[in-house]
Amino acid sequence: MSQTPAGPLKRTPLYELHRELGARLVPFAGYEMPVQYPTGILAEHTHTRTACGLFDVSHMGQVRLTAKPGQSAAAALETLVPGDIAGLQPGQQRYTQFTNDAGGILDDLMVTSTGDHLLLVINADCKDADLAHIQAHLSDRCEIEPMFSRGLIALQGPQAAEVLARFAPAVATMKFMTGAFVIIDGARCYVTRSGYTGGDGYEISTPAEAAEAIARKLLAAPEVKPIGLGARDSLRLEAGLCLYGHDIDTGTTPTEAGLLWSIGKQRRIDGGFPGASTIQEQIAAGAPRKRVGLLPEGKAIARDGAEIVLAGAVVGKVTSGGFAPTLGRAIAMGYVERARSAAGTKVELMVRGKPVPAEIVPMPFVKHAYYRG
Amino acid sequence: MASVKYTEEHEWVRIEGDVGTIGITAYAQEQLGDVVFVEVPAVGRKVAKGESVAVVESVKAASDIYAPVAGEVVEANAALADTPGDVNTEPMGKGWFFKLKLANPGELDGLMDEKAYEAFVKGLH
Repeated sequence: MSQTPAGPLKRTPLYELHRELGARLVPFAGYEMPVQYPTGILAEHTHTRTACGLFDVSHMGQVRLTAKPGQSAAAALETLVPGDIAGLQPGQQRYTQFTNDAGGILDDLMVTSTGDHLLLVINADCKDADLAHIQAHLSDRCEIEPMFSRGLIALQGPQAAEVLARFAPAVATMKFMTGAFVIIDGARCYVTRSGYTGGDGYEISTPAEAAEAIARKLLAAPEVKPIGLGARDSLRLEAGLCLYGHDIDTGTTPTEAGLLWSIGKQRRIDGGFPGASTIQEQIAAGAPRKRVGLLPEGKAIARDGAEIVLAGAVVGKVTSGGFAPTLGRAIAMGYVERARSAAGTKVELMVRGKPVPAEIVPMPFVKHAYYRG
Repeated sequence: MASVKYTEEHEWVRIEGDVGTIGITAYAQEQLGDVVFVEVPAVGRKVAKGESVAVVESVKAASDIYAPVAGEVVEANAALADTPGDVNTEPMGKGWFFKLKLANPGELDGLMDEKAYEAFVKGLH
């Protein structure tokens, strides 16, 4: 799925800070990104679950859509995604997907309405393709402004609200999946109460030149530690959240992926997005397979690609698997034929040629702790 | 007296008589990150030099551990099932993986001594 061209790795505005903090930097989606800091992934994971973690997610793409005269940016975007975008009130945020004509997922994204424009956050590995896709389809109706050099800092964990409110008191009462412009350290930022950990927290979009100073101020708070991509992955897996390129891709539909909740009720009826007929058929008749949670017995870890076996037959594949530090055990998610996907079903996961007994379980693995006011 | 030899796969083998104890080096555990699971071989298994014998899982990935020399597994570190983190904190002590009765002690001559291994690791940077 990687659309990253070969060549020198790009750096985010926080690159120098990562070096200074002793991060182990690895190539990721064309960027040189911190996978962990000296404390290690387990400690970083636990710190985010119990206190507050700061993540550099500036590699993700930020795009602003503004309607051209007489047009609606929301109506335009709805031609590319199944989410209810027209229904977004100013300051509201929604999760949706770019779909293709087969109903497959080109990327998943967050969309926030500021009232006079839409802010999109898209995956790093997809951002150039997404931008081309948006430009090809929406240029006549919207001004499309890629803001790929902006900073994006995620501040996550039960103490995130207390910390960020010291810099911008208004964020304390923001609800999950809402956004607002706030001044942090003298810079105009756009903050949403959202994240990729399943916990409470924020994503802070900053001007490129302000990102490092803001990150340093936040890290100076005693509750805050820097967290790398390693713990970002284990946190999102515990929360049952999809990773594009693994759990969802052009070969999976939102219905198969269990993302029906993100498709507007009226949009399920009206369609009007790529692949609508396939997705509507799957809503009516059931998708051929379903994304499920898997709880392996014992300690062996079934990772992406492991086959899921039931009564000697392969019924699916693991798409993400790893160690869940909060639970102290292995967890996984994958796709299973719908007829075999009921919670409680006993299956086997093939790990290095050996069957590991596992059970299909509901997700998330760790309860979400979103702030809903 | 025990002597310790090293492989280019960052394993160490400590030789006492005709038995070698095998684990991974401090450099290897640092590269792997937090170890969360170790699969050790069954006692009695006969392994060839270079054969994959154990698996170490970090949060990020699974890595194979190869037999640095041929032999028969005479003991495996069962304690790692409960305390896999020993591989990180004491890679050359409590974090050992398994013991081999050497089939051909002459194979040890092909491995690096501590000085050569240190130079090898330095060369990786």
